[in-house]
Amino acid sequence: MGELLSGIFSSPYWPYALALVSAMLLIGFMLVSAIFSVWMERKVAGRIQDRLGPTRVGGKFGWLQTLADGMKLLVKEDIIPASADHFLFRLGPYIALVGSFLAFIALPYGNNVVANDMNIAVFFMLAVLSTEVFGVILIGYGSGSKWSLFGGMREAAQMVSYEVPMALCVIVPVIVAHTMNLSDFARVDPSAPMLESRSLMWNWYIFHDPFTFCAFWTYFTCATASCKRAPFDLAEAESELVAGFHTEYSGFRWLSIFMAEYGSMFAVSGIACLLFLGGWHIGVLPDDISNLLGGYNGASNIYLWVLGNVVNVVVFIAKGWTLVFIMMWVRWTLPRLRIDQVMMTCLKYLLPISCVLLMGVSMWSLLVPYVVQKYFPWGMFAACILLGLMVLRQMIFWAKEPPGTGMPGMWSMTGMSSYQGAKPK
Amino acid sequence: MDSVAQPILFWIIATATATCAIAVVVSQNIVRAATWLLFSLGGTAGIFFLLGADLVGATQILVYVGGTLILLVFGVMLTAQGPFITMKTGAAEWVISAVVGLLFFGVLAVTAFSVGSVAAKNDGRLEPPGRTVKEYAPKLNLVEASKSASSSAILGQGFLGVGVGPAHLNAKGKPERANYLLPFEIVSVHLLVVLIGAAYLARAKRRRRGTA
Amino acid sequence: MSPIGLEHYLTLAAILFVCGAVCMATKRNAIGVLIGVELVLNGANINLVAFAHFNPAFEIEGMTFALFVIVLAAAEAAVALAIVLNFYNNHTTVDVDTAEDLKG
Repeated sequence: MGELLSGIFSSPYWPYALALVSAMLLIGFMLVSAIFSVWMERKVAGRIQDRLGPTRVGGKFGWLQTLADGMKLLVKEDIIPASADHFLFRLGPYIALVGSFLAFIALPYGNNVVANDMNIAVFFMLAVLSTEVFGVILIGYGSGSKWSLFGGMREAAQMVSYEVPMALCVIVPVIVAHTMNLSDFARVDPSAPMLESRSLMWNWYIFHDPFTFCAFWTYFTCATASCKRAPFDLAEAESELVAGFHTEYSGFRWLSIFMAEYGSMFAVSGIACLLFLGGWHIGVLPDDISNLLGGYNGASNIYLWVLGNVVNVVVFIAKGWTLVFIMMWVRWTLPRLRIDQVMMTCLKYLLPISCVLLMGVSMWSLLVPYVVQKYFPWGMFAACILLGLMVLRQMIFWAKEPPGTGMPGMWSMTGMSSYQGAKPK
Repeated sequence: MDSVAQPILFWIIATATATCAIAVVVSQNIVRAATWLLFSLGGTAGIFFLLGADLVGATQILVYVGGTLILLVFGVMLTAQGPFITMKTGAAEWVISAVVGLLFFGVLAVTAFSVGSVAAKNDGRLEPPGRTVKEYAPKLNLVEASKSASSSAILGQGFLGVGVGPAHLNAKGKPERANYLLPFEIVSVHLLVVLIGAAYLARAKRRRRGTA
Repeated sequence: MSPIGLEHYLTLAAILFVCGAVCMATKRNAIGVLIGVELVLNGANINLVAFAHFNPAFEIEGMTFALFVIVLAAAEAAVALAIVLNFYNNHTTVDVDTAEDLKG
């Protein structure tokens, strides 16, 4: 994007100003995303637990609840345990935060809207997200308490183990797309025929072959685990270990840890969107909306191109937040796994599955006949649409039922005379 | 433009890396030494990015910071409990090591400066010329938009067995490019051997309660 | 500011190398010795990549060599750590000064 805009502004220090502006925009986005994610988490948790969540601060839906939380955390007393290693205690959250923030450098939000269009973008993002582990270790060790240390070590073992199947699942669409450049995953090739353009939903890589389809779900599972989200959140384990590895952290230090967590949640969701779900495309237009409005790379009308890119950015952020919402949905629905179950899931299930997917996608373009390769995405897309419609119909059916009728056994066994639901057959 | 940023960035990153490396040596607490090592490795990755070696820099972060360093810290946590976290070295050893170290550094620095001032052949740009796909990997077929700055693609092609890099004449007088398939396969087998060996060495042993 | 030449990178690599060597010599903790080894390998890597950057004929080889060094260093750290763990299991200490069973 620097090359395009430097035609407009010709000062020799323009690239430096652009770099500074990009960094500020990225960190602003990361913080706003964290604020929104915290609010969404509390609302989602509330709704799933059949209550309302925050409703008081900032209107009927509690929009400003996180702001109030932040202000409270800022004025809290900064407590450092006496047996803590002071320097490492202070340093830990910053390493986690830096590791999470660096990943946004290579994440494209739209057509050429990226801080640094790296050729190895996805590799770089995986690499810097893996530096968060050291922050977790320092947090656990620096607290000076055995339980924090155990939580930190378990957490580090889990995050490090899940990086392996995560990276293998990332390689699967990289093999299909022949590039590690994240912008190229969603960039529309102007010379390709219209029905094959990357912006149409059936050309997204998730439908490309059965291996990328499975890779999406495996990647999402591994990403959830590596962000230490439930059902893999034994290290935090809110209901069990007080707060796991960050027990001794309060106030703003705790907020840093959680900003890092929500930041990396969005980063891995962003990678999933770009690799599998078509990035910033809506899915129904034959070309990138910015190219449609303003010509290829803004050739005909740069202002309409920018407007199209704004739409791209909004769509990308919406997709990213949808995946973050799915992570939260899973968190408040499923029970927690024990640490040995967590490690077993990684080493005995997800890792062999990823290896099989990697081999499968490598063989797909070599062994499978061309006709199957060409029409499989269409079939997969149709099957997924059908499945989605069936799920939607079932959900509407469930929502229409009066409460209690879905679970006939539970309440009817109590013999309550006022029970209105289904009776056992 | 880049000639303004590159010296500033170099001096910042180099000073940070060197300071952290010296802190590793000086620090008595093993966990703090590991933390300073983290910053040294991160600084080295920054130097790699500054030199235009993106893939090497990202691999450095992924393997060293995200792998080897975690391994070292796990080792520290498993073995260095309490009295082992700070082990002091005697003063005499410090003096001898410091003297030898400074002499060694003097020799290396003199050698470095006598190489001659080889300015970058590209007037200070970050990307040296010649690392273009056409010149170094003529058989590479890249996605349209990423034909520029594709050193990672060239490296990948080299690991797959296709010749990359500047062409030179082989023994028969024909132009040939180097490929890196054999070392790649050897390293793969090596890693497998290391995996099995380390897992075997560090396995939990059953205690034998034999007769004394 | 003068443009950064090859010798600056080589000096930085020399600093890292010497720090690693002194670390290997002075640390009593076995893991401290391993940390020194990592610093030495990093210094060598900076040398390789700097030469790859400044010498066009060495570009691909320098980076490839550096990649192999990174991978092999990780492998070697794993094995060395396994050995240290074994030593700890047998002697309940990681102090290298106590590893003198074969002395004399």
